[in-house]
Amino acid sequence: MSGIILPGADGALYQRDRAWHPPANTPGYKSTTFRAPRHALLSLGGTASELTGPTFGHSSLNPLDNDLIRNYSQDGSEAIGQRIIVYGQVLDENARAVPDTLVEFWQANAGGRYRHRKEAYLAPLDPNFGGCGRAVTDENGFYSFRTIKPGAYPWPNGVNDWRPAHIHFSVFGHAFAQRLITQMYFEGDPMIWQCPIVGSIADKSAIDQLVARLDRHNTTPMDALAYRFDIVLRGRRSTMFENKLEGN
Amino acid sequence: MLHPVPTLKETPSQTAGPYVHIGLTPNFAEIKGVYATDPGSTMLTENTKGERITISGRIFDGSGAVVNDALVEIWQADADGSYVAPMGPNSNSAPAFTGWGRQPTNAEGIFTFETIKPGPVPGPDGKPMAPHVNLWIVARGINIGLQTRLYFDDETEANGKDFVLNKIMDPRRRLTLIARKEDGPVPRYMLDIHLQGDKETVFFDM
Repeated sequence: MSGIILPGADGALYQRDRAWHPPANTPGYKSTTFRAPRHALLSLGGTASELTGPTFGHSSLNPLDNDLIRNYSQDGSEAIGQRIIVYGQVLDENARAVPDTLVEFWQANAGGRYRHRKEAYLAPLDPNFGGCGRAVTDENGFYSFRTIKPGAYPWPNGVNDWRPAHIHFSVFGHAFAQRLITQMYFEGDPMIWQCPIVGSIADKSAIDQLVARLDRHNTTPMDALAYRFDIVLRGRRSTMFENKLEGN
Repeated sequence: MLHPVPTLKETPSQTAGPYVHIGLTPNFAEIKGVYATDPGSTMLTENTKGERITISGRIFDGSGAVVNDALVEIWQADADGSYVAPMGPNSNSAPAFTGWGRQPTNAEGIFTFETIKPGPVPGPDGKPMAPHVNLWIVARGINIGLQTRLYFDDETEANGKDFVLNKIMDPRRRLTLIARKEDGPVPRYMLDIHLQGDKETVFFDM
């Protein structure tokens, strides 16, 4: 099932609004100092190399991949913490659903401790919590997973900097130039507004787009609260392929 | 034909952070048993058509220190110059090849992919682009993923005609994208990537 690029056809992605995204160099987040390019980016109109991307089938997933409460269970026990469902829709800038795309997520445990050898925070590991999961969006672009709400954690930036509770997200879309990594925050968390990584984004409404909303309607009574987090990927100008595939 | 303007804003990027391996290469992070293998760790099967090569690179920051906590993804055409995806421009993709790989940098800041040398892909003008591999780099301290390309130093003629390389005004900066071949049973192409400074790699807005 392959499409054909029409010579001269306009199939490029919308230009990325790099004033909406965080710039490379944000001194409040100290690690950017030596990791931010100083030269201007070279602008490329997308070629086939950028307008295609890897695809991942639903069949490549295991049943527990989207259940972080149970996917690292060592003795049949479930992870400790506040049980939540996180779900949402992956859309493009044209508000069209992005089906069949891989969404990956990772996080600290309820105490803010990551399962990583470089992590030295004194809060303990949860023996039944790994902290990774993945899902493929359905035909309407929806993903969901079950997890425990991560704790805030301190990090060596300022002398007393703490990250708000957050879940990292990685999304593919259907083009390599749509590739995105971001972080999800929780509605009402006062720590969002003191974080230098959040503050790398200049526009408050852009930050607001990273805040998941408590969703009582999708809460499972006596089990898990629900948060909704929709993700928007870059949209395409128009149909570049003869056969109209998803994303066009 | 006119198009509707975008109605939604793209979700803003955030850094992948120092623990990106938990989510994207959990077995490398010693989180075993969740995924059988790390996604993107194997690109080939024995049936993959094409010349086996190793692509390797070392990432440096602006102080000259190696970046030992980065994650690199590549996306490339198969030996025929086709992208193995439903949206690929050609129809004869080799099914035994994923085209996509993902690797962390090690303690020395080095990433390594076992892959095949890609064939030339048509550019927007219909003329072939020189063989290349697209790279995407994320890490602690990188707020939005860095996009670049790797070209091959034994493709001098094709590189000289490549429209992307020729967009780079300073010819010395073109060299930042060209990996040097090291001969061996499996040829290895090595590229140093500098995030910042005098030797800074060319990164793209695409």
